[in-house]
Amino acid sequence: MPRDTLTGSRIRERRVLRGMKQADLARKAGISASYLNLIEHNRRRIGGKLLLSIAEILRVEPAALTEGAGAALISSLREAAADMPQVSAELDRVDEFAGRFPGWAQLLADSRTRVAQLERSLETLNDRMTHDPHLAASLHEMLSTVTAIRSAASILAEPGEVDAEWQARFHRNIYEDSARLAETSRGLVTYLEADETSPLETGAPQEELDAALEKAGHTVPELEAGEDRDAALAKLGRGLSGPARGLLRGWLDRYASDAAALPLDRLRPAVEAHGPDPAALAAALGADPACIMRRLAAMSPEDLPTPVGLAICDSSGVLTYRKPLPDFPMPRFGAACPLWPLYRALSRPHVILAGPVMQVGRSGAVLWADALATPQAGPAVNADPLYQAQMLVRPLPQGAEPPATLPQLGVACRVCPRESCEGRREPSILASVRR
Amino acid sequence: MRGEDMGGQVLLIEDEPNIIEAIRFILSRDGWQVHTHSNGTDAAQIVRDRAPDVVILDVMLPGRSGYDILRELREDPAHSDLPVLMLTARGQSKDREMAERAGASRFMTKPFSNAEVLDAVRALSAQ
Repeated sequence: MPRDTLTGSRIRERRVLRGMKQADLARKAGISASYLNLIEHNRRRIGGKLLLSIAEILRVEPAALTEGAGAALISSLREAAADMPQVSAELDRVDEFAGRFPGWAQLLADSRTRVAQLERSLETLNDRMTHDPHLAASLHEMLSTVTAIRSAASILAEPGEVDAEWQARFHRNIYEDSARLAETSRGLVTYLEADETSPLETGAPQEELDAALEKAGHTVPELEAGEDRDAALAKLGRGLSGPARGLLRGWLDRYASDAAALPLDRLRPAVEAHGPDPAALAAALGADPACIMRRLAAMSPEDLPTPVGLAICDSSGVLTYRKPLPDFPMPRFGAACPLWPLYRALSRPHVILAGPVMQVGRSGAVLWADALATPQAGPAVNADPLYQAQMLVRPLPQGAEPPATLPQLGVACRVCPRESCEGRREPSILASVRR
Repeated sequence: MRGEDMGGQVLLIEDEPNIIEAIRFILSRDGWQVHTHSNGTDAAQIVRDRAPDVVILDVMLPGRSGYDILRELREDPAHSDLPVLMLTARGQSKDREMAERAGASRFMTKPFSNAEVLDAVRALSAQ
């Protein structure tokens, strides 16, 4: 049996999904609501008869509570079902499906991801056909030349009087135009081939970067040791497309300058003394809090046993960096929950917005977020700065009591069970389960 | 109906010399009087000056787009019914839509055949 610490979280997740109140579940299971609350926050172990009866009330396999079918897999399956509502997949039995046929379920989920990737590639190509000025001009040129050739050729080929002088003229035109056509098409082929280096099928460059950083654990030992950026780029950038390598280069440059400004030897003792608190560390180290946030996110598990999460977005709200936590997932693409303090920070630049946060439907773990928006570059003459915002997500600081009521955040609208929310942008795929 | 019976006049606004030559040839052979113009900037004025029976208007012209020229013509009550055949090198439905919205009487995508152009001009002048 794997070590299980999240049974309570799963019970909570299932209960919320069913739209059942904590008190109702407790009453049906014959325990007090406060005891159930402790269980749901993983502060009491649960097993035996009580587990069986809660599983029965929630209508799930007990194993789904103790082992869990993988929240990510379940949510992928739900999204797959939501993509094709006309199929009427048995959403109410999604746990059973994932539990009994984990391999098939994974296959379905992976296929869906692949389909989504390919659809995006197609959109990219479509966009290109419509908006790439070079491609459009080349095609226009080719079609015009083909039209001229066709017109002239059919004048010569079709019945009808054409005197010798005109015949010679059209022959010459066809000859000239065919040479032009050959030239244009050669140019077009060269242009298209030059672009083959970017593997469109792997999806957006940002996703490639996210995957590469995830694999590297968001930390780059070479840069911590003061080594050259190019060595790290060669290692981390292997297999990435050109645009993704470009993003990675930018990320590594910032990493290198962060690491030079705040080396691990200086950061480590300060974190031991103050905890991963950007404001306190900024005061203690005299360093830039935004830089501190990124340095904290780059600390390896040896240096920071309880990892922190970090999200960075640009002024449009698009996430340019994401390091999620198990209790604070972040959307893989698209926009995140608009209630995140990250976005509030954009409207209050230069202020560290700190406070407890919690994601709805999660284990109920209360975390702490520090969000800060700062200009992307230094001051410019008569030009407004572009801001970027960062949000550090870390464990609740010791001594900080979570308030009784806490606004619950989501990951993204599609996978958020909160029905009435002023921030809602699109319907949830979870809400349809409860209806 | 053939052009010679009408003594019809066609104004071809197109910047591709060899297309101009081919279209001019087939229309002239059919009895039409063909004038050509290759610049977008003053095309609308040329239409007013020449008062042709049918206009063949390319979308991609140097100086000004065919859509803009057509819109300007349609705003003038004197040319609100002028038959205009639009030529484009892109067959996307978006282009067709734009041509319709700008007030094109007919729309043709390159590469077209001579017969198609001839049919279109005959049909437009008969309207």
